[in-house]
Amino acid sequence: MESDEDFMSVGSSNDDFLDTQDSDDDSLEDFGDDFDGGFSKDKDIIATSRKPYEVDFKVLSPGDIEREQNIQVTEVSSILGLPPESSAILLRYGRWNREKLIESYMDHPEQTLDAAGLGNHFETNPVTQKVPGFMCEICCEDGPDLETYAMRCGHRFCVDCYRHYLGQKIREEGEAARIECPGESCHLIVDSKSLELLVTRDLRDRYHALLMRTYVDDKENLRWCPAPNCEYAIDCPVKQRDLRRVVPTVQCFCKHFFCFGCTLNDHQPAPCLLVKMWLQKCEDDSETANWISANTKECPRCHSTIEKNGGCNHMTCRKCKHEFCWMCMGLWSEHGTSWYNCNRYEEKSGSEARTEQARSRASLERYLHYYNRYANHEQSAKLDKDLYLKTEKKMTSLQSQSGLSWIEVQFLETASQALQQCRQTLKWTYAFAYYLARNNLTEIFEDNQKDLEMAVESLSEMFEKPVPELSKLKVDILDKTAYCTKRRVILLSDTAENLKNGEWTFNMEW
Amino acid sequence: MSQKRIAKELAELVESPPEGIKVELADESDLYQWNVYMEGPEGSPFQNGKFLVKLKLPTEYPFKPPAVSFGTKIYHPNVTNDDKGSMCLGMLRPDEWKPSSKIAAVLQFARQLLVEPMPDDAVEGRIAEQYKNDRARYDELAKEWTRKYATA
Repeated sequence: MESDEDFMSVGSSNDDFLDTQDSDDDSLEDFGDDFDGGFSKDKDIIATSRKPYEVDFKVLSPGDIEREQNIQVTEVSSILGLPPESSAILLRYGRWNREKLIESYMDHPEQTLDAAGLGNHFETNPVTQKVPGFMCEICCEDGPDLETYAMRCGHRFCVDCYRHYLGQKIREEGEAARIECPGESCHLIVDSKSLELLVTRDLRDRYHALLMRTYVDDKENLRWCPAPNCEYAIDCPVKQRDLRRVVPTVQCFCKHFFCFGCTLNDHQPAPCLLVKMWLQKCEDDSETANWISANTKECPRCHSTIEKNGGCNHMTCRKCKHEFCWMCMGLWSEHGTSWYNCNRYEEKSGSEARTEQARSRASLERYLHYYNRYANHEQSAKLDKDLYLKTEKKMTSLQSQSGLSWIEVQFLETASQALQQCRQTLKWTYAFAYYLARNNLTEIFEDNQKDLEMAVESLSEMFEKPVPELSKLKVDILDKTAYCTKRRVILLSDTAENLKNGEWTFNMEW
Repeated sequence: MSQKRIAKELAELVESPPEGIKVELADESDLYQWNVYMEGPEGSPFQNGKFLVKLKLPTEYPFKPPAVSFGTKIYHPNVTNDDKGSMCLGMLRPDEWKPSSKIAAVLQFARQLLVEPMPDDAVEGRIAEQYKNDRARYDELAKEWTRKYATA
């Protein structure tokens, strides 16, 4: 049967969605070395249709979801010989696990129907009727002209009360899949045919929307796009248990990038569980005085208090003109050369960490090292974006002055987007690195991180140039943008490969 | 829509009240506020007590459940020990309430709860704990409160 894949065993599922690159040694060669390695060989990576850090997924529109549901309902209906509206209730009860449901029905048809809130005889066409001598138990109205309705259970109420009841369930309680008969302690589920007979058009639409919601919520391979007002869902085969080996970033039609595993914003390369721990940790520690120190700093030479106002780390003190790096506070002249060592945490020597106090101070310092860099990329991404928006405005007004057409200034938007994406990745590399235990692969990771970070900082710096100069920098910015994107691909490919193969070790239980 | 139903239920309860229960409107002109006088069931620590139970019907009644609270202080795991005296009953939760459920059933259920508290569904965790682990002390305190607050 086709649907066997739904029930696939743990072992075989990994290879379904992960591109298997040849062997470890190859991938090390590919991404490992240094600058040149990246330049000359990463063409292969880009050429393959799916990169190691990408997963298979499909975006579904509301129409697609409805269609998918209907196909399954029709199938089950023809297999079991039940009316479609009953099969739908059965499927919802069984959380759309078709095989299990059919099996359970074949073994104990009556129990299954009962548990699902279905009787065992099925009328074809529900109708409302007038019943002589009837009094509605809900409103206590009677009279020969009272339209009434009852499902198979025979609990009869007037149509007005039935309608009111359904309206309240659907509109106020947001219930759809499990609306029971209004009769006391009757657990028969109101089927879609009865519902359609009784309610108005707009309520019916809301009912179907709610059913769709439960359909997506019930299926492990479906998830709603979390972007506000987005009505698409993503179909992705990555399972919860796979989340230690893969970080399934997906992109919706609405352009929103998010993690299929936890629905947070894209957090590659850090796995969901680490992200959760990290966010928790940041929340717990962020109120401390140490956090404040991440927002303002003193000039290393004249000790003026300095607040960062652009995305770039290259700081020039207004007062004494001292140039330094916002992150490591070291001389800027040493950055951008082979001395660049800003991304790496220098583990403290053993003697210093001997006392308990020194140890805790070292651990706090270590955390702050990563936190500051994490927070900095987050902040810088915002500032980069602000700057871009300002620049864009200026560009538009200065188009004639700069001699560029609208289409020609689009390179800025491309660059801005690349910058945002790279900073997002960099941000999470620091959370990832915080939990990463040293082994022979971490150096490669740190080198990749360094390369990406340097590229991003230099692109960010170009962004801060005055508008008239920007047009002259077009080629440089385009090149740097492409380079940043490449470095990001390399970093993510390397981390994803190692994660998939279980090569990373982490310094905590997870 | 609900008035006819409420009037009917009230009439039935006044005419043939369930054991140990007496109902009247708190205010003759308002069908939606009821005062219920509940006798402590025999064999329970609330025996000989007379408890005022306030019943408030929402305007959407019977599509929404009534709210039940104790006007008399009572030592019970399922009634809040404050001036509200709120009571938590499974059947009064909006998702479990059915429009065909009746007030008589609610009141009978509430009275049964005095005989058999539901400590796993408690609003007063400390009293529930005591009910489960030190029944003698629970009975003693419940009796004492009944004497103090629920006898005229």
